[in-house]
Amino acid sequence: MRTGTQAAPPSVSGVAGNGAQRRPGVPFLAVQDLEKRFPLTRGVFLGRERGHVHAVDGVSFEIPRGGTLGLVGESGCGKSTVARLVTRLLEPTGGRVVYDGNDITHWKTRALRPLRREIQLVFQDPYSSLNPRRTVGAIVAEPLRLQHLGTRTERRARVREMLAVVGLNPEHYNRYPHEFSGGQRQRIGIARALVTTPKLVVADEPVSALDVSIQAQILNMLAELQVEFGLTYLFIAHDLNVVRHISDRIAVMYLGKIVELSPADELHVRPIHPYTEALLSAVPTVETSARERLRGRVVLRGDPPSPVAPPSGCRFHTRCRYATEICSAVEPPLVDHGGGHLAACHHPLDGRTPVQATAT
Amino acid sequence: MALLEIQDLHVRFATRDGVVHAVDGVSLSVDRGRTLGIVGESGSGKSVTALTVMGLTRLPNATIEGHVLLDGVDLLGLPDDELQKVRGRRVAMIFQDPLSSLHPLYKIGWQLGEAIQAHEHVSDKAARARALAALTEVGIPSPAERLSSYPHELSGGMRQRVMIAMALVLDPEILIADEPTTALDVTVQAQILDLVRALQADHGTAVVLITHDLGVIAETADEVAVMYAGRIAELGPLGAVIDRPEHPYTWGLLQSLPGAETSRSEPLHPIDGAPPSLISVPTGCAFHPRCPYVLPVCPAKQPALLETTAGHTVACHLPTALRREIGAEVRASLETRT
Repeated sequence: MRTGTQAAPPSVSGVAGNGAQRRPGVPFLAVQDLEKRFPLTRGVFLGRERGHVHAVDGVSFEIPRGGTLGLVGESGCGKSTVARLVTRLLEPTGGRVVYDGNDITHWKTRALRPLRREIQLVFQDPYSSLNPRRTVGAIVAEPLRLQHLGTRTERRARVREMLAVVGLNPEHYNRYPHEFSGGQRQRIGIARALVTTPKLVVADEPVSALDVSIQAQILNMLAELQVEFGLTYLFIAHDLNVVRHISDRIAVMYLGKIVELSPADELHVRPIHPYTEALLSAVPTVETSARERLRGRVVLRGDPPSPVAPPSGCRFHTRCRYATEICSAVEPPLVDHGGGHLAACHHPLDGRTPVQATAT
Repeated sequence: MALLEIQDLHVRFATRDGVVHAVDGVSLSVDRGRTLGIVGESGSGKSVTALTVMGLTRLPNATIEGHVLLDGVDLLGLPDDELQKVRGRRVAMIFQDPLSSLHPLYKIGWQLGEAIQAHEHVSDKAARARALAALTEVGIPSPAERLSSYPHELSGGMRQRVMIAMALVLDPEILIADEPTTALDVTVQAQILDLVRALQADHGTAVVLITHDLGVIAETADEVAVMYAGRIAELGPLGAVIDRPEHPYTWGLLQSLPGAETSRSEPLHPIDGAPPSLISVPTGCAFHPRCPYVLPVCPAKQPALLETTAGHTVACHLPTALRREIGAEVRASLETRT
């Protein structure tokens, strides 16, 4: 409903695979085979490379204008690196980032500058992402100042307007971040992100540090702002319920790869990848009788493997309860299981794929 | 008498900005083999309550009143050296962030050994053997090698297992866990909660689990205390508090959560406003400025924590019948929202 006014119908919304078919209509943000390797060096100066961390390894997705893609995964899965690549705070080592029809993958700083107005970030920690020595007014005005937008008076008026939009008192312009609660600080962060009237907002765990009652306030506000300003969201979080609430589509990442990409409503009802199943089942809930759920819970063994030396084949096979020989040998492709629900698995939970027949 | 009884606990801190009334008349108890869950938002006083049990709030600017009875002995009256014998040995605590709870420059084996030798005169060799046994019990792979690892070489989940091993190595009667899984991924959280549950079953430990996550509470606690602004809003058996909640704050917490069943087109139902500063707690019921059901009496008079059904107590001025009716509606809305 929230996105319905601007968004294309769900059938057209963000579908992409490893070189999957292009659908009609240009997506607002398209990411193709995105890759980021960080070199690992030894020694302080002139360190020699001794390997790579493959933080993001062949990630593809699309977001239609006004849509929301949720990106979930555990720490170290590369979701924050995706945020930094899409916003071009980092330069990809492979693949493409196409923003509004422009391939911005390797644009230089100068070329990117005008784009910074249109692509903004909201950060997780409302404490460390606001400079404690500057007033709220100065913090929110900073993007305008850097972009040389408006005169001082105009900027001041705009900042007051934004503070009101995010539900803060515009009179608090001259206060400092420590005078605000966590939820209010996150509102300041959002005001700063929206002050340049961006089109794409990348929110990296924007509610994870907040109390639950405040979390709901911020989620509702982000939803309202999306309709009001026609924003496109890339929403990153580790909380599946939070992501489901705000997204049209959800991509689940594991060790630098998307393992499942699905319409938001379907992921919870019909997970296809065993990792998604385990994630869903691990989320503690008050909704159903807890003790009943505990019996059926899928508890993963061990920790996610190191991205420096990811497992062969399917990266999840070391922790997967359905794993067979093929899983450690062959990497499963991300394929459509119908209705734009993609998954990369040799033993999908819906049992629907030709790949499974060849497995032993 | 319960194993641990907290009676009318008050903890105040004098600060430059004023007196912080962190815990304001809290009474709780937990017995062997049981889990007491304390849930609340930041600043609700849940951590200060736990720290006070451990004697960790004995600061020059703190005023502590009330009783913390461990098997009938008031820990608040114990001199520091006596308390030191209780702490770690009879009551152990684990914290949210295992990285900052472990010393970065000492090996795991040394740190576990130190915990043992602080309380018992045993040889290094014997301490090491017990450390190894503890690491094995908490399910750390290749525990013998891990004894010579430094904390930074372990993942977050493994570090929390080390903390649990350290807490349980002296076989304490009570384990206080303050947000033990908040810094962990959900799949690891499930492992750690399972581990605590299994260890509790084996050792008959009483567990006090402090968390902001009602879901975690619903899956682990036997009794639940909902805290707000240093006071208990609602207290009772898990089934009563989660399935038949009677306090507006509990309702708010339950409804704020985006659930797996929540309709995505419907906005969430947050609680208006923010938790109050503990320097200037609202008059009467501390929750009244955020409460959608506020009555004229609420700002004037602090509601007493009264029993509504056996073992289930609530501090609210609303008529009992109305509370039950709204509570049932809230509960129904959680189960049916699709």
